[in-house]
Amino acid sequence: MQLTVLVLILALLTVIGFQMGRSRAAGSVGGRIVELHSVPSYHGFYVALWAGLPALLLFVLWNASEGWLVMQMTLAGLPDRLTQVNEQALNLLRADILNLAHGISTGRDSDPAVIAAAEQYARLRAIGSWSLLVIGTCVAMGGLLYARRQISPDLRARNRVERAVNIALVVCSLVAILTTVGIVLSLLFEAVRFFTVVSPIDFLFGLHWSPQTAIRADQVGSSGSFGAVPLFAGTMLITVIAMLVAVPVGLMAAIFMSEYANPNLRTWLKPILEILAGIPTVVYGFFAALTMAPFVRGVGQSLGLGVSSESALAAGIVMGVMIIPFVSSLSDDVINAVPQSLRDGSYGLGATKSETVRLVVLPAALPGIVAAIMLAVSRAIGETMIVVMAAGLTANLTANPLDAVTTVTTQIATLLVGDQEFDSPKTLSAFGLGLVLFVVTLTLNMVALRVVQKYREKYD
Amino acid sequence: MSVAASKSRYQSEEFAARLRRRYAAEQRFKLAGMLAVTLASIMLVVLLGSIVSKGYTAFLQTKMRLEVTIDPALAQERNYMAMLRQALYAQVPEITDRASRRSLNELLSSGAPYELEAMVSKNPSLIGTKQTVWVRADDEVDQFAKGAISRDVPESERRLNDIKIKAIDTLTAQGAISTGFNTTLFTAGDSREPEQAGIWGAIVGSFLTLVVTMLLSVPIGVAAAVYLEEFAPKNRWTDLIEVNINNLAAVPSIIFGLLGLAVFLGFFGLPRSAPVVGGLVMALMTLPVIIIASRVALKSVPPSIREAALGIGASPLQTVTHHVLPLALPGILTGTIIGMSRALGETAPLLMIGMVAFIVDIPGGFTDSATVLPVQIFMWADSPERAFTERTSAAIMVLLGFLILMNGLAVFLRKKFERRW
Amino acid sequence: MSVQTQIPAGAAMTRSASAGGPPIKMVARDVKVYYGAKQALKGINLEIQENRVMALIGPSGCGKSTFLRCLNRMNDTIENCRVEGLIALDGEDVYGKNIDAVQLRARVGMVFQKPNPFPKSIYDNIAYGPRIHGMATHRDEVDEIVTKSLERAGLWNEVKDRLREPGTGLSGGQQQRLCIARAIAVSPEVILMDEPCSALDPIATAHIEELIDELRENYTIVIVTHNMQQAARVSQKTAFFHLGDMVECDDTEEIFTNPRDERTQGYITGRYG
Repeated sequence: MQLTVLVLILALLTVIGFQMGRSRAAGSVGGRIVELHSVPSYHGFYVALWAGLPALLLFVLWNASEGWLVMQMTLAGLPDRLTQVNEQALNLLRADILNLAHGISTGRDSDPAVIAAAEQYARLRAIGSWSLLVIGTCVAMGGLLYARRQISPDLRARNRVERAVNIALVVCSLVAILTTVGIVLSLLFEAVRFFTVVSPIDFLFGLHWSPQTAIRADQVGSSGSFGAVPLFAGTMLITVIAMLVAVPVGLMAAIFMSEYANPNLRTWLKPILEILAGIPTVVYGFFAALTMAPFVRGVGQSLGLGVSSESALAAGIVMGVMIIPFVSSLSDDVINAVPQSLRDGSYGLGATKSETVRLVVLPAALPGIVAAIMLAVSRAIGETMIVVMAAGLTANLTANPLDAVTTVTTQIATLLVGDQEFDSPKTLSAFGLGLVLFVVTLTLNMVALRVVQKYREKYD
Repeated sequence: MSVAASKSRYQSEEFAARLRRRYAAEQRFKLAGMLAVTLASIMLVVLLGSIVSKGYTAFLQTKMRLEVTIDPALAQERNYMAMLRQALYAQVPEITDRASRRSLNELLSSGAPYELEAMVSKNPSLIGTKQTVWVRADDEVDQFAKGAISRDVPESERRLNDIKIKAIDTLTAQGAISTGFNTTLFTAGDSREPEQAGIWGAIVGSFLTLVVTMLLSVPIGVAAAVYLEEFAPKNRWTDLIEVNINNLAAVPSIIFGLLGLAVFLGFFGLPRSAPVVGGLVMALMTLPVIIIASRVALKSVPPSIREAALGIGASPLQTVTHHVLPLALPGILTGTIIGMSRALGETAPLLMIGMVAFIVDIPGGFTDSATVLPVQIFMWADSPERAFTERTSAAIMVLLGFLILMNGLAVFLRKKFERRW
Repeated sequence: MSVQTQIPAGAAMTRSASAGGPPIKMVARDVKVYYGAKQALKGINLEIQENRVMALIGPSGCGKSTFLRCLNRMNDTIENCRVEGLIALDGEDVYGKNIDAVQLRARVGMVFQKPNPFPKSIYDNIAYGPRIHGMATHRDEVDEIVTKSLERAGLWNEVKDRLREPGTGLSGGQQQRLCIARAIAVSPEVILMDEPCSALDPIATAHIEELIDELRENYTIVIVTHNMQQAARVSQKTAFFHLGDMVECDDTEEIFTNPRDERTQGYITGRYG
């Protein structure tokens, strides 16, 4: 409630500030706008910024810290027998207070002290909300009045507003960096916690993966059940199958579209590939699990082969189909970047089209195509839904595409879906796998993007 | 080699034979290319075909007509199931023993009493009267009516026993079984019972998530693109940002899920399964897409426009906001829609932040527990009932429908506002 | 395609040099080219003599490059380009059934405006043509062709120690001579050159011009050029194109000293172009 009111008040004050700044600026020179350093609307923006920004900042900081502060105050009022306990019990206590304060039953009889604390908590939060409303409004008013007093014909309002906008733009472009930093830190932090329990050597080189058995603390480490090699092998197997489908088909499709198809045909083929590219992965997963896997199994059985119902082959083929448009559009870019003069040179010597493509265009485009394949591999390694839905969960160390294998992404997903304890090695191992996945895909991407960039520069 | 010799070489039989071989190779190569595009097309057709053929039946739902006496005593107890059962027993008089009647009970959807109850509570004057009502049948009756369960299969392997089939035949003979449009699919939330399960909850969840994604990623993405394209000095720092954005665009989506789990849930303590967290994660994921698309759009505005604006004394910011940005807007919009459609289809990161929970209620706000359409598809795909398989396919069709709509809009905008400089 | 063997009345003025001169290698009769609906050539009649250098000059967009590309059917690679009329090589219609585009291009080679060496080694650049046409089966034979071609193109001494290095690493003038060597390697009868020196500096240009003069002994050469001095220096015959028409074709000396058409005169005296 108070939150909505505050937002509305802030919005209103900002608008008022804009109008006020504009009219006051115009008034300060008696309407002779040429005498102003900046046009009146900049004065308006200037006042509006002062009205809105400080209050917004306060709002954000307040919201980030209020819950924690109020909880500390509440806990301080509780008897020691409740608060002088280990971290886990304290967490439970906090959760109970929160639930009771929100009117959710904890499902068991609660200590009267806890109930009182919950009431205290709710009261403090309410006071907090009201005081935020009052203080926030005051800050906004104060900012507005401060900026309004500054308005004079000489105020460099435009420069100041533009400075503020510029800073905002820089901050926005830093979000991408912050995301990367966030990814690296969160993966590293949790992975390090995991590696204090399981040694990285065992993790990276161990041949046995069965995280389910390692729930009891005394089993961890000694059992060596966090050996990720079968996962890496499974990921590689499915990736190889996917590439065997995607690279020839995608590359040949790109060649056909750019060198052979007439414009009419191209207007038909391009959307087909774009639709394939736009289908969500969960749909591919469904297709792999319910159509492709039984089909592969049926074909295998009619040939007298024992095929697992979650064969790597089915998942790999569907993943390959998913990646076809990716390979073809990247290759298409690369092939089109090969200058026409090279093709002309080849035709001028009496080469046929396919000779030109095979002997001149493809070798010239090779770096770009290799990079495209690397990006496709990285995509295949990181793909999750198809393998979660169509590949198995048992970590077999096998190179047989008819067997079920599991992959890194499948394990991350299954380890983290459902109930989880944040501290168990089972959960943390997902972050270890995530770190490996991130490092591998990042390396592939970095190298590939660099190669592509170099390649583009060559023919620009 | 003399010219005459060369001339005779190119007109020799040997060269002609070689030429024939070369043209054969040419044909083979072209054929391989055609094969590739045909294969891709076939896969698309098979994929869409298998989903449509599996799923179109889910848009229909079998209902049963029952002559229900709304008994005041039972209404007092709110035991509407008993009323429905009595009506059913009356309509299938040949089945009388207890065990068989238990089978009969299973023909009714467990949600059927709620339909009746809702009807009565809306109009209490119905109590004590006899009413003709259409109620949902159980998913197995539904599957039987749609022909998915065959009566030719031996009883032991069939999901419907002979008693049920006999009862259905009786009801069919009375005209008391009919199949109509499945409105539940579009109005209900998730359920364990296929005939009561719908995708409305997931659609609302997807919508809420996308709103958060859009509110965050579009302003930030466009601002970042404007900065990098128009204002940023070319130095190592901006190079780093650029490399970073390109790489971020290729980071597997599940990694963003891990980020969301560790940072938004673990560190900031935001609620699990909430659209606001899903939207945050998706926003970080689509940000690179929007930045890259916006930069391309900004880059395509010719420098002469900027020079013209700067030349008459506009500040760089005015140049961008008054001239460059409006001209780049169609491109930015197209990129945004494509980014949003990608976010709409994304599943993996949302699994990490708990949007995979079984949620019956329709979410009412950004912090309510919710699921999204692709995750709903994922969860239903795991259910063994055939009725859920068809609903999964139907949900996929709805999802694809939304995606086609969004991409169609993007294509339309691009066509309409496309400008060649 | 309409094959006309008679020169239409009122067509461009062509003083036939057949009387006592060298034999005719290629003939064009009423050649019209369309790009979609746009007509680029409006009926060209021209005879190209064996072992002579024929220069095609004219302002930009006059159709001289288009005409050149008709001679070895390079226009085939351009979508929606349509060619009418007759072009014959040794009396045989190059668009006819007996001649295949691939075979034709082996016999009528081409050098382009911008040097376009393949991103391969110098050796492989030269060996490309002979290999695809099956002219050499043994390494020795390929080696010989490569050596001879480079020698004829006057490049041998400069590159003999680095045949395995990429052709793209050479200087612009060297690259263009490499492309000429590459064209020579398949032993063509005619070499078409499309402004071969426009991307080169004066010294490299001089090299190429010298080379063209030497090549005349063995090959028939048709060269498109913007540079009238170049036409005067290297060619024996010159044809002047204007707005899709061939206005005048004569001995180079005649064209430059005594042009018949005032458009020709206007162009060579620099009034437009």
